[in-house]
Amino acid sequence: MTWANLIVQGVMLGGIYALLACGLSLLFGVMRIINLAHGDIAVLGSYLVYVVCDHLGWSPFLALVIALPVMLVLGYLLQLGILDRSLRGGQLVPLLTTFGLAIVIQNLLLQVFSPDVHSLAPYAPWISTASWNVTSQISVPLIGVLGLVAAVAVLGGLQAFLHRTPLGRAMRATAQDADTAALVGIHPKAVYARATAIAVATATLAGTFLAIRATFDPSSGSTQLIFAFEAVVIGGLGSLWGTLWGGIALGVAQAIGGHIDPQYAILAGHILFLAVLASPRGRVIAHGVAA
Amino acid sequence: MSLLQVEDLEAGYGLLKAVRGISFSVEEGERIALVGANGAGKTTLLRCLAGAHQPSAGRVSFDGADVTSAPAYKRVASGVAMVPEGRRLFQALTVRENLQVAAENGRPGPWDVARVTEAFPMLEPLLDRRASTLSGGQQQAAAIARSLMTNPRLLLLDEVSLGLSPVAVQSVYDSLEGLDRSRATLILVEQDLTRALAFADRVLCMLEGRVVLEGAANSLTREQVTQAYFGLRQAAGGS
Repeated sequence: MTWANLIVQGVMLGGIYALLACGLSLLFGVMRIINLAHGDIAVLGSYLVYVVCDHLGWSPFLALVIALPVMLVLGYLLQLGILDRSLRGGQLVPLLTTFGLAIVIQNLLLQVFSPDVHSLAPYAPWISTASWNVTSQISVPLIGVLGLVAAVAVLGGLQAFLHRTPLGRAMRATAQDADTAALVGIHPKAVYARATAIAVATATLAGTFLAIRATFDPSSGSTQLIFAFEAVVIGGLGSLWGTLWGGIALGVAQAIGGHIDPQYAILAGHILFLAVLASPRGRVIAHGVAA
Repeated sequence: MSLLQVEDLEAGYGLLKAVRGISFSVEEGERIALVGANGAGKTTLLRCLAGAHQPSAGRVSFDGADVTSAPAYKRVASGVAMVPEGRRLFQALTVRENLQVAAENGRPGPWDVARVTEAFPMLEPLLDRRASTLSGGQQQAAAIARSLMTNPRLLLLDEVSLGLSPVAVQSVYDSLEGLDRSRATLILVEQDLTRALAFADRVLCMLEGRVVLEGAANSLTREQVTQAYFGLRQAAGGS
């Protein structure tokens, strides 16, 4: 029964990882960019929610009403102001640009909020602690269920958006061939900016869940980026539903590793990631990143 | 007023000049064939007209407006569409999605899925198939249909017969012949001189970035065009 509980905990955690990873997957799918600032953007979103909660006394989910539109606009401007220029410089420049952006975000957060550790749990005490005891040994945390439901809703929504809306079709067309997309009237820069806005908003949502579930500080972004990247690679680059399965697989691996020895929690996720990379499918993924 | 006016257009890639001081005009409803050997500058010229390549000098006017520096997506909005060499369909999208994405980002007008499948009947049973599964001829038909969905006034077609079987080429040309002249003016790049002379109202032959022969298709002989094509005689132009 302990193993069943481990898997349940892993699935819940994996849902939040999938939520975190879907923005990374979207940006890679549309622009072939690996956004190394993705984890720090999620942490920036957590801080924004924290500021709203702290000043207005709102719950984190209510604070998202303010934080998500702000981060959408920030994502749009980030693309137009910074990423768009770096895209013209070839494949390496966006990688270096987002790496630099990650450092800038970390240091700005350090300057403004100090290195102190924060959490959104005090602003949502019931949500962060409530759980259902399905059996004496299986406990389902509310925040985990909410995270998983949000992940399925966001990934399903994104999937529907990409296949059933004009902007979604324009994104898929631009992702495949931006030059030809322009020849049928699509403005690639505007499409990229909207994709980045969505990616930044989903990172903020994921950052909020992670900040309710645990703690965060200005340097947390790097760890979040690694988890997001691992979830994307395990699930298959550019596949949204694959990202969900990748996140869940990572969460379960970490839960099992942590059960064996708490020190192995993160390591178990890395081992799963490396095993996928070493597999024939992983070589295809690695080739896709290099191409 | 001409629909398209090109004046002293120059374009290239770095130090290489692919188009050297070209001037010509196109009237509404005309069908122009652009012929020339590989490297003559035909594709670069077409890309400049579509806004996919920025000229280094000269001027392009469309319907009286200067569009020289307008990017491709803005030219689509004003009524210029291009079928690029190699078709370049969005391979992971279905044929219907390829058509939809063009309609959603193009101009309003008469072309819709029903009308383009009427013009290209071979597409009717293929609408829900991924573009990547289509044959060359089917892809070419889909690429032309996709451009028509933007409701262009000027349609630029680059190497429509390249890599296609004779049957597929005939089918594509049959469909092009059937297009209403009042709905789309055509400029097409074609290597097959016989077909170019048969299809077009006017022929422009390019050599090393310049137009070396221009004239009404029915006033030019195949021999005249061939000589200009290979630079054996630099003719000034027909009627």
